[in-house]
Amino acid sequence: DSGAVPHTSSSGGDSEGKSKSADKSSRSRKLKHDVIEALNELIQDITTCHELIAEQAVEHIHQNEVILTLGSSRTVLEFLCAAKMKKRSFRVFVAEGAPRYQGHLLAKDLVTRGLQTTLITDSAVFAMISRVNMVIVGAHAVMANGGVIAPVGLNMVALAAQRHAVPFVVLAGSHKLCPLYPHNPEVLLNELRSPSELLDFGEFSDCMDFGTGTASPLLHVVNPTFDYVPPKLVSLFITDTGGHNPSYVYRLIADYYSAYDLVVQRRPPTAS
Amino acid sequence: MGAQKKGATRFSEDPEELARVPLQAILLADSFTTKFRPITLDRPKVLLPLVNVPMINYTLAWLESAGVEEVIVFCCAHSKQVINYLESSEWFSHPNFSVTTIESHNSISAGDALRLIYERNVIQGDFVLISGDTVSNMSLTQVLKEHKERKKKDSNAIMTMIIKRSKSSPIIHQSRLGTDELFMAIDPNTKQLLYYEDKADYSKGAICLDKLLLADNPTISLHNDKQDCYIDICSPEVLSLFTDNFDYQHLRRHFVKGLLVDDIMGYKVFTHEIHSNYAARIDNFRSYDSISKDIIQRWTYPFVPDVKFFGNSATKLERQGMYRASDIVQSRSAEIGSFTVIGNGTRIGNNAKISNSVVGEGCTIGSNVSIEGSYIWDNVIIEDGCKLMHSIVCDGVVIKSGAVLEPGVVLSFKVIIGQQFVVPPYSKVSLFQQPTKQDSDEELEYADNSSGIVENSSMADTVDKSNGQFTSELLDEECGPTYELGTGGVGYIWSICEGSHEEEWRHSIAPIPADKLAEAMQTTDDDLELLTQDGSVLPPSGELKPDSNYSDDNEDPRDVSIYFEKEVEATFLRAVHENIKEDHVILEVNSLRLSYNKLFTDCAGAIFYSLMKLALETPHSSPSELCNSTMDVITKWKKLLKSYLTDIDEQIEVIQKFEEICLESAKEFSPLFSKILFHLYDKDLIQEDAILKWDDEKKYADEADKVFVKQSEKFIQWLREAPEEDDDEEDEEE
Repeated sequence: DSGAVPHTSSSGGDSEGKSKSADKSSRSRKLKHDVIEALNELIQDITTCHELIAEQAVEHIHQNEVILTLGSSRTVLEFLCAAKMKKRSFRVFVAEGAPRYQGHLLAKDLVTRGLQTTLITDSAVFAMISRVNMVIVGAHAVMANGGVIAPVGLNMVALAAQRHAVPFVVLAGSHKLCPLYPHNPEVLLNELRSPSELLDFGEFSDCMDFGTGTASPLLHVVNPTFDYVPPKLVSLFITDTGGHNPSYVYRLIADYYSAYDLVVQRRPPTAS
Repeated sequence: MGAQKKGATRFSEDPEELARVPLQAILLADSFTTKFRPITLDRPKVLLPLVNVPMINYTLAWLESAGVEEVIVFCCAHSKQVINYLESSEWFSHPNFSVTTIESHNSISAGDALRLIYERNVIQGDFVLISGDTVSNMSLTQVLKEHKERKKKDSNAIMTMIIKRSKSSPIIHQSRLGTDELFMAIDPNTKQLLYYEDKADYSKGAICLDKLLLADNPTISLHNDKQDCYIDICSPEVLSLFTDNFDYQHLRRHFVKGLLVDDIMGYKVFTHEIHSNYAARIDNFRSYDSISKDIIQRWTYPFVPDVKFFGNSATKLERQGMYRASDIVQSRSAEIGSFTVIGNGTRIGNNAKISNSVVGEGCTIGSNVSIEGSYIWDNVIIEDGCKLMHSIVCDGVVIKSGAVLEPGVVLSFKVIIGQQFVVPPYSKVSLFQQPTKQDSDEELEYADNSSGIVENSSMADTVDKSNGQFTSELLDEECGPTYELGTGGVGYIWSICEGSHEEEWRHSIAPIPADKLAEAMQTTDDDLELLTQDGSVLPPSGELKPDSNYSDDNEDPRDVSIYFEKEVEATFLRAVHENIKEDHVILEVNSLRLSYNKLFTDCAGAIFYSLMKLALETPHSSPSELCNSTMDVITKWKKLLKSYLTDIDEQIEVIQKFEEICLESAKEFSPLFSKILFHLYDKDLIQEDAILKWDDEKKYADEADKVFVKQSEKFIQWLREAPEEDDDEEDEEE
């Protein structure tokens, strides 16, 4: 097709150049095709990971158990509902997950699906943990050493669970796996968001009047989004490929990441 | 065009389906004020760095995140610089976000800018009107929806203002952004803006609201804790209004206030309050300081230094709110305090202490330097031993060793401060001379642009010639007053012009000094004292005491009545004692009536009262004696009384007065009521009709009022039944 046309032109050198470019264009077309295919696979993985994880629910949740979770995670929701479908009866404690209070949404969803739910504050977790049989949470990312980057407050829940010997189970799709270790200086463990989620600006605007007083802000509001949970506090990872020990996670990286990509170089700052 | 399409098919289809107009925004890249002089003689305000990022980037990044698709940037002052910057930045190449610029050279206000844009006919629907120095992270979907719905129901709702709650300092009457306290009256149900005052007169101590506001709106809430964010959602009518009214210059002082006062066209301005989102405009140096600190405290997330948005390089966030770029060279003994931003390529020397400041790129900071609360822009050289407190240092400045910058100092571009020189507080130093013409505050930012550039180039030439050696010869060459900036210093210190002494410390980036605060507190206390002493002014709590007000009002007429009665009584008593003829008494009472502006009924009542009092005062030992003496008095002064009892109303008044006397002042008369009433009737002073009418009126009264009616019941009954003749037996009750 497009390769045939340049052959009719007069100069040979020209047609050679054009055939090379035709080669390049077909190569680039193949590359494009491969990349798109891989991306589609990834998208497929992400959309189906919930089902695969939820299939394993019935093995882990037994009759008359009490499950604790914090904040809202879609994976956890599907997991619990799958167990409910298989006729397990259990109760769920949901910690509200300040300052975004996503736990409220999760509690509502659970109730509409017919699960017995109890809503508690984050600070009440330690008080209630003795009554809990298992803690099941979602994750934002899983580090190469098995540590978890999870919504803020989960480190506290993990510590409470360890204290009372309650299994701490983390549900994570395999796309959440990260090849970096937390001691890596490139890794930003946390993201500090706007303090307006904690404080009302209008109410505290007189504390932030820098015109009067010392002009240095006396009130500093910190709103971290994530917590780092060390691997020794995690009992089990449930991924779409099955359940794994935290110390096994580094082996999974090889399945998803090439060895050349493991070291993420920081791009030198471009002069813009 | 979209607008025409809408008009044609208004009745057949939903216009929004047909013509989906992209959301547009007008960005005024010129604030048309001179608050940032002398810095803005060189560079436009929108390109000044705010936490190391030019201000216009914050605005454009926010507009893009809010879903605006077309931005029209209006440039006036230093327009070439703005256009060059935008063209070389990434904004022009963004796929879904188009930035077009409109240039003008002779606009002097926002009004002129909007008129020009209207002429260009680029606005098709509702648009966002914003200034290039606004920082925000709010979402526009809610407010756009509200605006459109309001517009559908009421076509006069042409503008929605964004406001935010922010308390202002009660001592100095200034908001945290350095603007004056803002008074707004808003209807809490419809969110309509009814009153807007940003330059309240504090000497009066009160603001005046038109009471017609209450006629149309059942509730009004008056606020002084709201901050105007200067972000407006406008309908296209706003532009045509500016074109119709040529004298609308300022967006708020003229346009909004004009709309609020104008009831012919009936246009309405509405407000939208944002709570968890942030929006603020950089108005003066104090806003610059406050908003920089807000950005460092992350109120404007995601437009913060460590998140990459358009036009910035991400700086890593470390502990205690400190942002440090990656390739800075910092001595081990240097102390970088909390809430500080250090830009790329900066070198910091030994024992330097930096706190609460923003340092730009490529700066060199020597050893033993102390920087506190300052804003240092790019490529600044600060030599050893300097001390900077609450100042702004622009690009390319050299501060030689040992210099001290007092709070509030602004050093403009390329100034050199000589060694050991102490720059006086609140001074502005620039390479340009201070413009001698002081216009109104609507002066142009670039007024001296042309002259400024000429000076600059000549300065640059001499610099090159002397091979970088700055001597005081340069200063001698310029004409006009020169201030030496120490040995090796170059630049002029601008003197504070009259009338803006207050503005210096109000609008400066330095915190207000303690003595000014104490002064301000003292004046407010004095004002309060004054208010409470003066009884006619409202008490500071602002609560009206209704009783005192009411009695105040009533006291006046009551006072007059009492005086009148006293006068009548005095006249009467004089008549009694001095045996004056009745005609004379009548004359005197008439003149009193005229002077006190009373009616005949009042005279009748007063005279009757005097008669009764006289009767009471004559010594009596028993009720029957009193009765007799009363009757004598009445008989004696019958003529006087009769002259005032010509009308039935007057007679009823007398009866009522008698009741009053019996109840209150002379209780001895109560059992004698009916007898005396009969006597009055007998003597032709009070007619039958009057008595019957009085009885009828009393039918619906309370029991307490009917006491005397009951007493006289028999008499009244007899009056009704008896024949018309007056000569009848007395049927008295003993």
